[in-house]
Amino acid sequence: MRNYLPPEYIVHIDQDRCRRCGECVRTCAFGTLRFEHGAWRQAMSVFQHGRDDLERVFDRIRDNVPDRVAADNKKCVQCHYCVAHCPEGAISIQPNPLAYRGNHHWEPHHLKNIWLQAETGGMVLTGSGNDKAYFSYFDHMVLDACQVTNPSIDPLREPMELRTYLGSLPDALEFESGPEGPVLKTRLAPSVRLDTPLVFPAMSYGAISLNAQKALAKAAVSCGILMNTGEGGMHEDLYPYAHRMVVQVASGRFGVNPGYLRRGAVVEIKIGQGAKPGIGGHLPGEKVDEGVSQTRMIPVGSDALSPAPHHDIYSIEDLSQLIFALKEATEYTKPVSVKIAAVHNVAAIASGIARAGADIITIDGFRGGTGATPLAIRDHVGIPIEMALAAVDDRLRREGIRNRVSLVASGGIRHSGDVAKAIALGADAVAIGTAALIAMGCRLCQKCYTGNCNWGIATQKPELTARLDPDRAAENLANLIRGWSLELKEILGALGLNSVESLRGSRLRLRGVGLSDADLQVLGIRNAGVGA
Amino acid sequence: MREGMVRIPSGCAISGIISTKGIRFNGEAINRSIACMHERSNGLGGGFVAYGIYPEYRDLYALHLMYETPQARGETEEYLHKHFTVHQAELIPTGNATGIGEAPALWRYFVRPERKETENGPVRDNDDYVTASVMTINSRIHGAFVFSSGRNMGVFKGVGYPEDIARFFRLEEYEGYMWVAHGRFPTNTPGWWGGAHPLGVLDWSVVHNGEVSSYGINKRYLEMFAYRLELQTDTEVIAYLFDLLHRRHGVPLDLVCRTLTAPFWKDIDRGDEREREVYTALRRVYGSAMLNGPFSVIVAFNGTMIGLNDRIKLRPMVCGRKDHFTLMGSEESALREVAGDLDEVWHIRAGERFIARLEEGVTV
Ligand code: SF4
Ligand code: SF4
Repeated sequence: MRNYLPPEYIVHIDQDRCRRCGECVRTCAFGTLRFEHGAWRQAMSVFQHGRDDLERVFDRIRDNVPDRVAADNKKCVQCHYCVAHCPEGAISIQPNPLAYRGNHHWEPHHLKNIWLQAETGGMVLTGSGNDKAYFSYFDHMVLDACQVTNPSIDPLREPMELRTYLGSLPDALEFESGPEGPVLKTRLAPSVRLDTPLVFPAMSYGAISLNAQKALAKAAVSCGILMNTGEGGMHEDLYPYAHRMVVQVASGRFGVNPGYLRRGAVVEIKIGQGAKPGIGGHLPGEKVDEGVSQTRMIPVGSDALSPAPHHDIYSIEDLSQLIFALKEATEYTKPVSVKIAAVHNVAAIASGIARAGADIITIDGFRGGTGATPLAIRDHVGIPIEMALAAVDDRLRREGIRNRVSLVASGGIRHSGDVAKAIALGADAVAIGTAALIAMGCRLCQKCYTGNCNWGIATQKPELTARLDPDRAAENLANLIRGWSLELKEILGALGLNSVESLRGSRLRLRGVGLSDADLQVLGIRNAGVGA
Repeated sequence: MREGMVRIPSGCAISGIISTKGIRFNGEAINRSIACMHERSNGLGGGFVAYGIYPEYRDLYALHLMYETPQARGETEEYLHKHFTVHQAELIPTGNATGIGEAPALWRYFVRPERKETENGPVRDNDDYVTASVMTINSRIHGAFVFSSGRNMGVFKGVGYPEDIARFFRLEEYEGYMWVAHGRFPTNTPGWWGGAHPLGVLDWSVVHNGEVSSYGINKRYLEMFAYRLELQTDTEVIAYLFDLLHRRHGVPLDLVCRTLTAPFWKDIDRGDEREREVYTALRRVYGSAMLNGPFSVIVAFNGTMIGLNDRIKLRPMVCGRKDHFTLMGSEESALREVAGDLDEVWHIRAGERFIARLEEGVTV
């Protein structure tokens, strides 16, 4: 049956431009491209091996059929590695124009998945985040700007502050008088400082390559932000960057030991992830090489399966115990974060987490990415981050406990506009995973689970990981962070603000365009055209 | 439409005078000062607050009310008699003044709280009780509005130019040791007397010139502590922030100022360890209380007058001293109008504050 699956993409090689260098043939990790030997080589081999079909060979030489690159279209995933590296720009890739009988209910991708499953009997796997055409609330919210009654502020001429802290805060401060002036009496819980309200979210060594993690870590250090080990432990090479790393503790406890916990800046308990709420992780044995094995503390070649729930957390009071166990292990010197997927009851869950003692809550919306997940889960479970964030921020305020936790929002943040909107909805900081991968070269081909990432990101194959230069990629990441930060400053300036905390949770600066009353209510914003 | 239903940006004039020796003087000086900045108002709002004007009732809360209907007065008085001992109830004396349209009925009551709890539960002290009662009247009794609720002080305000409002309320007949005034230039026509400034909560009053761009988060922050922002004005936000931070959380006054117009991180980083710790904690814990955008503000309360300017000085604010008088205002001319030969005059710098207090030992 599989043989009847039509290719998704058609690779077109411009034979006139192609100089037959073979770069694409050598590099495509999906084995899409090959050389088809043309007449001259065949002729040479005939001369070497006999002259039986000499006549036919000479016919072809006369027709001047050259060596050519040919594609097995079915294998192409449209990752653009060949396109980007062809020195002659001779490759183009199009979606297969093959027409299906039009049907508004049975779309081609439904048919293809059924054919695939009819053959394999397995789950359809995928990588990256939900790509379905769900409504985007970000795209239906707009920001305010100053005109006349208050001046906008020019970030090139005035200070513009993005510094952000993550950590639990008291509701009030106490002071006592000292000889030089008032002295702070209240002791603040541990926190971590960000130079800009952005972080890189959890992406484990195993899911992504060590080079990709190094790039993230270097960029986190140079930008004064955070990267996150994900659930795969911390490789030795990353120790120098550990002060800018979140160390994750997930249900599989891979790579978790006291040294690991103490090394990081923040400890994060991973409960869930937007791309696959309610299910655990699956790292196929093929991706478990020596390095991954050492770091995760599992045998080479074994599958690393993290359970769907933490088997020591079946309820909120169990979570509280783990939070405090981790605080004990780190002697109350590091904030503890809890990461959850955005699900229907996210507001009540977040409130429970805040009361359970977490310092930071990371909420991952249904557009969040992953290295591997069943398609059925990725595309149909969870809710948009905009809604989840608005609901959580609201609930925490209504209960008067908003200061107790910092909120990090993630899941499909595409640009600084999304960042600003998330902050206005109530996020302290925003995590950008997919965008970070894209900055390193990712083309969102969604094949991360195959371990064949041509860009050296979601793979452990040495010949592929070598393609990602960590220094170069770190520079790209730092550039992205810088670019978005500059844009954030422009947005703040236009809003007449010179510090990001004045935008945080300031929903009055947002308006909805084309949203229903129910949407506006959950988001806590007014419709465009409604004044202050 | 009235204030509270929409947010109305305004440009403004502000002015304040305090005798740090506590010597009382009538309303003429402050009126001259604010009238001098006539151009900064447009006749749609003017007001004054005077401290030390009711010494004979020093211990009683002086409630100033405006009523739009007789029913509103009936309901309010019933409420007051139920919740307070009312020592005196009288019409606020008014005179004829040009430029003043139709005024609401204006009454004042000198009262003492009679209970220790509101319908929402027990309160800490009389101040909390009065605040809660004022909020109840303002939000529940249609057509009634408490616009002044402190002790030995009073707010006088309405729709008109400030100099006309002063004549209307016969302010030359009152004597106080501290006066603050406001002239308003709203961008549309509220036409509601309660919307004029100053805003008074207990004996705190606020006048301000500017627009607080962080209003949205300041409001949500205050709502977390059960403040209801009925008027949707910046002044209300500023008054409540002082109330929350200073009265309820006990943050020293100077640090409250430093929280609302927080120093920049680059300056905090340059400070010594104590300062770094104090200001970092303030910015982190009270980040949502920081006021952003253009403003100059005068906040006054029993014995103290504070001038505050926004973080990058987008609005003017001048201070001056003459003998035992400290003066503040939007323009130097407003100060010189009252005291042409100031001993000292200076501009409040960006993000800075100036606090003038009654001298040690002075009682009023
Ligand atoms: S686009 Fe990617 S998968 Fe397709 S042929 Fe090129 S390198 Fe191979
Ligand atoms: S990380 Fe690699 S495999 Fe995954 S989507 Fe991006 S390019 Fe494709």
